[in-house]
Amino acid sequence: MREKLLEVKNLQRHFKTGKNSVVKAVDGVTFDIYKGETFGLVGESGCGKSTTGRTIIRLYDATGGQVKFDGENVHGKKTRSELKAFNRKMQMIFQDPSSSLNPRMTVLDIIAEGLDNHGLVKNAVERQERVEELLEIVGLNKEHASRFPHEFSGGQRQRIGIARALAVEPEFIIADEPISALDVSIQAQVVNLMKKLQKELGLTYLFIAHDLSMVKYLSDRIGVMYFGNIVELADSDELYKNPIHPYTKSLLSAIPLPDPVYEQSRKRIAYDPSIHNTDEESEFREIKEGHWVKCTPTEYAKYKAEHNSS
Amino acid sequence: MEKLLEVKDLKVSFNTFNGEVQAVRGVTFDVLKGETLAIVGESGSGKSVATKSIMKLLPFPQAVIKNGEILFENEDLLKKNEKEMRRVRGKDISMIFQDPMTSLNPTMKIGNQIMEGIIEHQGVSKSEAMKKAIELLELVGIPNAKERVHQYPHQFSGGMRQRVVIAIALGCNPKLLIADEPTTALDVTIQAQILELMKTIQKKTDSSCIFITHDLGVVANVADRVAVMYAGKIVEIGLTEEIFYNAKHPYTWGLLGSMPTLDAQEEELTTIPGTPPDLRNPPKGDAFAPRNAYALKIDAEMEPPMFKVSDTHYAATWLLHENAPKVDPPPAVQERMKGFALSGAPEIAKEGEQS
Repeated sequence: MREKLLEVKNLQRHFKTGKNSVVKAVDGVTFDIYKGETFGLVGESGCGKSTTGRTIIRLYDATGGQVKFDGENVHGKKTRSELKAFNRKMQMIFQDPSSSLNPRMTVLDIIAEGLDNHGLVKNAVERQERVEELLEIVGLNKEHASRFPHEFSGGQRQRIGIARALAVEPEFIIADEPISALDVSIQAQVVNLMKKLQKELGLTYLFIAHDLSMVKYLSDRIGVMYFGNIVELADSDELYKNPIHPYTKSLLSAIPLPDPVYEQSRKRIAYDPSIHNTDEESEFREIKEGHWVKCTPTEYAKYKAEHNSS
Repeated sequence: MEKLLEVKDLKVSFNTFNGEVQAVRGVTFDVLKGETLAIVGESGSGKSVATKSIMKLLPFPQAVIKNGEILFENEDLLKKNEKEMRRVRGKDISMIFQDPMTSLNPTMKIGNQIMEGIIEHQGVSKSEAMKKAIELLELVGIPNAKERVHQYPHQFSGGMRQRVVIAIALGCNPKLLIADEPTTALDVTIQAQILELMKTIQKKTDSSCIFITHDLGVVANVADRVAVMYAGKIVEIGLTEEIFYNAKHPYTWGLLGSMPTLDAQEEELTTIPGTPPDLRNPPKGDAFAPRNAYALKIDAEMEPPMFKVSDTHYAATWLLHENAPKVDPPPAVQERMKGFALSGAPEIAKEGEQS
């Protein structure tokens, strides 16, 4: 049995948008992430995938539900030192590398901020050495340490963001659309880097993105989010080969592939949420081993018959 | 087929504090009637600048068109003054911009924004223009068009806003539509809808389209022909099938290799190492040589001319010279050129019931 690193149970995050209106950005999300794996979270904008990521790392308080990291409740009451210890284990890489780096700080200070806060280095020499080592890990030069973020290209800036996240030696990294703002050729560089780091440092990733082909490439398991809920969760190959939920099917049929002949024959399936019978309660159920779909009891019977016979 | 637009040896520079940036360094292409030409390339490769100069929408005086001709229906657009250009913009040639959040005026009702161009170019009355605006909104698939013309951009979602931008661009039945990354800011499902919409409308109106994007999947979907740009030049141009199944330029190989295939048990993606050159002083010889694993000695000396692969397919790489060693694309790229879809495209897309 693989070891669970992160357990998310019925997580909710609601935002008050007015006197009587509440936006339920995340409404009852449940999933586990195992040690050493990459869990992909996909969905269209506004489906709550970023909010989920930010709630897990405590950037937002949870409205309801629970997040357990290594068996410890993330949103529970913590003393300053407990919080500090927790923050070291979990780090985040943000989408836009130009706005997530302080333009007035040198790269040295940006990366060393975590080292300073956690007292991981004793003196300035050690600090410098550690930062240079981190820069090398992410494929930049030592000389870059004294420069400012604006002197770098988008891909290099994202590498700085990664180096900053790695500085405190975390076990778990949440990457919120880390490559969406980059060019195709640079995307591949960053993705390769993330894969390499995972192998060398044994990291666990939560990878949030809307680019399905990259998510497929990087992730072991994928959760598909729709309107604040996960509607389907499976191994990434399984999800691509046998999508069950109509929304997943629609999402998969919409990906354009760089293959003109295929593109001419590709047909898109539109998703119509009204096909679900709302009288029955929709629940997350396991259709096959490791393949979960949110469905009503009738749908469950139907899916099960379809997918276990074939 | 008849040529609608011919761009000949276009060179555009920007004068900045740090010196002259040669954004476009001699670009030649044409657009036939009714076809879609896709221009792909990294950011900074000059694809937007090249197309913006067709509309003369560059920030003058910083931008200088140094050389070249842009013939639209055999008239040189570069010789037209601002007043004459205003008669072309939005009427014969119109543009769809990337970000529907910033290309719409937030303080104007969308009906008025659509009517603006129609009144300007067609000299119709306000009420007629309003009728046309409602028709256009229906054409681009906005429900309740009659009520929604009186709404403001913030009352629309991203995809709906992009539809409005398309409606504005279509207002005067343009002969040429320039779409600058029209779907980059949108979700895949919305992107698919917008692409379908653009294709249907193009068929209906028989207009031509220049489609700028860096997403090769989108290119395969919309384009008849593809031009690949790098460092202000077109390095490869050809029919869509020729580019995807028989690419000749190492840069195009790199682009194809960096897309993950769907069966993806690959260890690593092929990447293009390094970053694009500084166009303040572009390198002598082939600008791509420093990032090119297949670079030859001559690449450092002389720029490669366009070699002919077929009547429609040209590529600027010395590898096509008769004296060059024969080089095959990397295995991962060869695999992709056999067809991405073979490598495990979702079955589901083939059996979809709706188009």
